[in-house]
Amino acid sequence: MTGYIEQREKEASELRLNESIASSDRPKPPSAVASTLTFATRALLRIKHVPEQMFDVTVFPVIFLLMFTYLFGGAIAGSTEEYLQFLLPGILVMTVAQITMYTGIDLNNDIRKGIFDRFRTLPIWLPSALIGSLLVDVVRYSMASVIMITLGFALGFRPEGGLMGVMGAIALILVFSFSLSWIWTVCGLIVRSEKALMMISFMVLFPLTFVSNVFVDPRTLPSWLESFVDVNPISILATAVRGAMHGTVTTQQVILVLIVSVIMTAIFAPITVYLYRNKK
Amino acid sequence: MEAAPDWAIEAKGLVKIFGKHRAVDGVDLTVRRGTVFGFLGPNGAGKTTTIRLLATLLKPDGGSARIFGHDLSKEGDEIRSRISLTGQYASIDEDLTGMENLVMMGRLMGYGRAAAKARAAELLKAFGLQEAAKRQVKNYSGGMRRRIDIAASIVVTPELLFLDEPTVGLDPRSRNQVWDIIRALVGSGTTVLLTTQYLEEADQLADRIAVINQGKIIAEGTSSELKASVGTGTLSLQLVNAEDRPRAVNILEDKLSAAVRSMPDSTSLTAQINDSFLVADALSELARERIAVSDFSFGRPSLDEVFLTLTGHEAAQEAQSEEGVS
Repeated sequence: MTGYIEQREKEASELRLNESIASSDRPKPPSAVASTLTFATRALLRIKHVPEQMFDVTVFPVIFLLMFTYLFGGAIAGSTEEYLQFLLPGILVMTVAQITMYTGIDLNNDIRKGIFDRFRTLPIWLPSALIGSLLVDVVRYSMASVIMITLGFALGFRPEGGLMGVMGAIALILVFSFSLSWIWTVCGLIVRSEKALMMISFMVLFPLTFVSNVFVDPRTLPSWLESFVDVNPISILATAVRGAMHGTVTTQQVILVLIVSVIMTAIFAPITVYLYRNKK
Repeated sequence: MEAAPDWAIEAKGLVKIFGKHRAVDGVDLTVRRGTVFGFLGPNGAGKTTTIRLLATLLKPDGGSARIFGHDLSKEGDEIRSRISLTGQYASIDEDLTGMENLVMMGRLMGYGRAAAKARAAELLKAFGLQEAAKRQVKNYSGGMRRRIDIAASIVVTPELLFLDEPTVGLDPRSRNQVWDIIRALVGSGTTVLLTTQYLEEADQLADRIAVINQGKIIAEGTSSELKASVGTGTLSLQLVNAEDRPRAVNILEDKLSAAVRSMPDSTSLTAQINDSFLVADALSELARERIAVSDFSFGRPSLDEVFLTLTGHEAAQEAQSEEGVS
């Protein structure tokens, strides 16, 4: 009797299998927008399932802000409150710039795990796989910014540029970070392991963010260092962001940030796509 | 038979070089539409690289190929809309649930949101993964992982499916489930190219088999053709005492007038021989000489023996050159 039931169940499951295989018609390949949104959805679902990955945009900013405000405030500006007005815009730039490197790490993981190969055999507009997750990264950067500015406000940060100035500053950070991410996607495609990738990102970002005008006024530096600080993209962004928050920003400062962003995207986005398509 | 054969894959002289290593070294391949083609070879033989070339993931350094008549180097998009690849490692997002993975694949194949969900549910049911639909794939067992992986490959039934070692590391039950899925796919008209190290798998599923070693195809044909190419019959026997073996080899070679091979263990012998009378004769001679036999068989060679015969003489070199490139 049980044998009979098992037999019937087996037949039923075979029937389902055959039907499910035979029943699929071939839809038209998705549009670039549809596939980009699908990849963005994937990134959001990953946040839902692995919320630990939000540590970098929630806990980092808090630690950084508290640490540097109280560590350097007294020594550099005489009081923490005064220093905070100078420091917060810069440290916001530094924090977001540092968390851009996770973009490359995620891509690197995809490659090593094999899902990358599946995406590459799909009839889709390939850059959508990257742009989809970069768009979600932009959401993450916004979160980091909001958390940091809110905490800063509680500690006594008073932006003279008002809400519009702060929003403009965040917009500049997002544009810049989106462009900076393309550098990490290139690295993520070239470098073999996650560890090596972390090291490279650190070696680039650490000096770039510290040897800038984030913490100190470059006029106090030796002249050779000052000239480096002046052309450092992080300084260019920090200057514009500080200006926007305190209402002193110039058109030239904003345009400079946009130019740097366009240059980074124009160079590294095509390289990323090329490597993505032709990865061995 | 069809009047005009319709080829799913026609490859000529495919070459892929990694540094100095010729991973694929002049592979010719024709696969008829609607059949299963088995690609058999040891680790590092070039199976995966060949599949990656044919699936547009790698650019060949030489040779050419057509997939359903479309040129591999010029019509990548045409080809990509007809093929699907299930790699050696689960090529799905392990942090997502089974359902989310299949819906994502459906969307990427061009289904609308509702259609993608319906299709995902249908596949999960058909593949016996209904209960696991809302669990993250990283918590799946090996067999479930394989099934969700194949399900992701056939969200839209492909015309050509590449399966890279689909049952490696699976228990027999899961392996049979995967085989059932492959047979059902072929029944619906999909062409399947699968790589395997398991001869039984090739024997069970494949219409034609190519044996690949060191980037070259060293034999190709149906399972019976390959077996016949080695010899129509094989005598295998095992002695009770290892020290009898040299004497046994002499007696057998004398009686069978065929080469007798000593197997890696200390007591086994095999010989390629057709004539059952000679075999009987040889066995009684062993008995007269008081050489005890614990086990013997006489019949068509297994695919294992074919494989060992074909690749055996190259095995030594390979041990040196194997660099983990597969």
